[in-house]
Amino acid sequence: MSDLFAKEQSTLAVFFGRLGRHALRGLEQLGDATRLGLHALSLMFVKPWQGKHYVLQMHALGVGSLAIIVITGAFTGMVLALQGYYTLAKFGSESLLGAGVGMSIIRELGPVLGAFMVIGRAGSSITAEIGIMRVTEQLDALEMMAVNPMQRIILPRIIATTLAVPLLVSIFDVVGIGSGYIVGVELLGVNPGAYMAELIAKIEMIDLNGGWVKGVVFGFLIGVICTYMGYRAEPTTEGVAKATTQAVVISSVSVLIIDYILTSFFL
Amino acid sequence: MIRGEKLSKRYGDIEAVSSTDIHIRAEAITVIMGGSGSGKTTLLRLLAGLEKPSEGHVFYGDENLSSISVKRLYELRERIGMLFQYSALLNSLDVYHNVAFPLHEHTDLDEDVIRTMVSMKLEQVGLRGFEHLMPSELSGGMAKRVAFARAMAMDPRIVFFDEPTSGLDPISAGVISTLIQDTSRMNRMTSVVVTHDVVAGLRIADHVILLWQGSIIAAGSAEEIRHSDDERVQQFLEGRPDGPIPFSRSTTSYVEDISHKPGTVRLDPHE
Repeated sequence: MSDLFAKEQSTLAVFFGRLGRHALRGLEQLGDATRLGLHALSLMFVKPWQGKHYVLQMHALGVGSLAIIVITGAFTGMVLALQGYYTLAKFGSESLLGAGVGMSIIRELGPVLGAFMVIGRAGSSITAEIGIMRVTEQLDALEMMAVNPMQRIILPRIIATTLAVPLLVSIFDVVGIGSGYIVGVELLGVNPGAYMAELIAKIEMIDLNGGWVKGVVFGFLIGVICTYMGYRAEPTTEGVAKATTQAVVISSVSVLIIDYILTSFFL
Repeated sequence: MIRGEKLSKRYGDIEAVSSTDIHIRAEAITVIMGGSGSGKTTLLRLLAGLEKPSEGHVFYGDENLSSISVKRLYELRERIGMLFQYSALLNSLDVYHNVAFPLHEHTDLDEDVIRTMVSMKLEQVGLRGFEHLMPSELSGGMAKRVAFARAMAMDPRIVFFDEPTSGLDPISAGVISTLIQDTSRMNRMTSVVVTHDVVAGLRIADHVILLWQGSIIAAGSAEEIRHSDDERVQQFLEGRPDGPIPFSRSTTSYVEDISHKPGTVRLDPHE
């Protein structure tokens, strides 16, 4: 009996030991990533200016993600209109469809799904690209050519995600609401005036601001996490693959957690 | 010119470089040789300032690399070149932009002047006319030569070469060795070459340093190293498998190891 108790105790000790080690490692990484992000940002005001590289990265990230944002936005708006119409029809409130679609997209789905698409399309490639630069000693080569990789590689990508995500979220919102209109008005017969009137009446400035603030915060978060994971990737092929997977998972979970916190502020 | 004092570098329990004093002579070619895992590349990276020593200091003249500002470090690096083992060309740039990269970054020269300088550097390595190729389109030898041209782009005072001939065919390796020798002599550069290529190393070296287990076991001119009495030096130069430098790094007996694994037959004949 006492043996069984001792065995259970040791199993618990091992479990909590592992949990503790993971938690400590997570906190350590969080601290390290924050330090990397802040260090990179502090280099924004140090010569040589990297303006050209901010624009190049924004172009690569923004234009590269545009197609997936438009497609996701369109189908999100369409399915919302479809689901919303049949739910609202039960209460005879089909005219509220525009407000429902608009609020759902602007407040939540636009920023969150937009961020997810950027993570999948651009975040993973940022991590893989920087990780490969680490494996092939390109980051060291930059160092030896007196070019700070933090300023040249990390900072432009953080700036690009921070500025591009809110813009992509805005495009997602417009496409989503537009496609919701097509399904609701053209296919399901909702009154177009009612759709637009309710949309304009119910959406307030705080909703739009909330969406943009979320976009900026998510963009910054994606930039820091994805560049950090690539920069600190183990310099092996397996290390880069692992870092890329982790970057996608951690960014996605972080977006959801931060989304809850921000939503609680804006409601 | 470059001096390392009591340099140590540890990765966890492994000591890659152990309390080493090293002096790199100005305007000469210093070749650091040693077997795989002897700490050559780590020592080179410590000297280049790419790694921070666990203990000890690296001095460039009177300046301690550990205590100078990042700005000053980058100023120094504008006069330092480095050829990496796997070339480390920037994947997103073609040959021209790779070689021109340091010139674009650190000079205000007109593009025409940069174009001429890049042509000269590429002519030196026999690759003029290949400016438009991307790194993925180059063979190992070509990539090394482009990396060499890039390392020389700013006419550096100091150049570090990490395994410049590894993985190359004998002709390409010979070309690289000759390039190192000729440019070092011509430009009066301080060159530090890490290699385990004994023939090429001894041919180009003004000064040779031999490492084993993170420590210097011999130093001197190529001739002095060739005639060293040290058994370890002779074993390395002749490539003999038997001698004081063991091939096996295992710390426990092989028989002990397999005979104590569950499900294996014990090899003790008395049991």
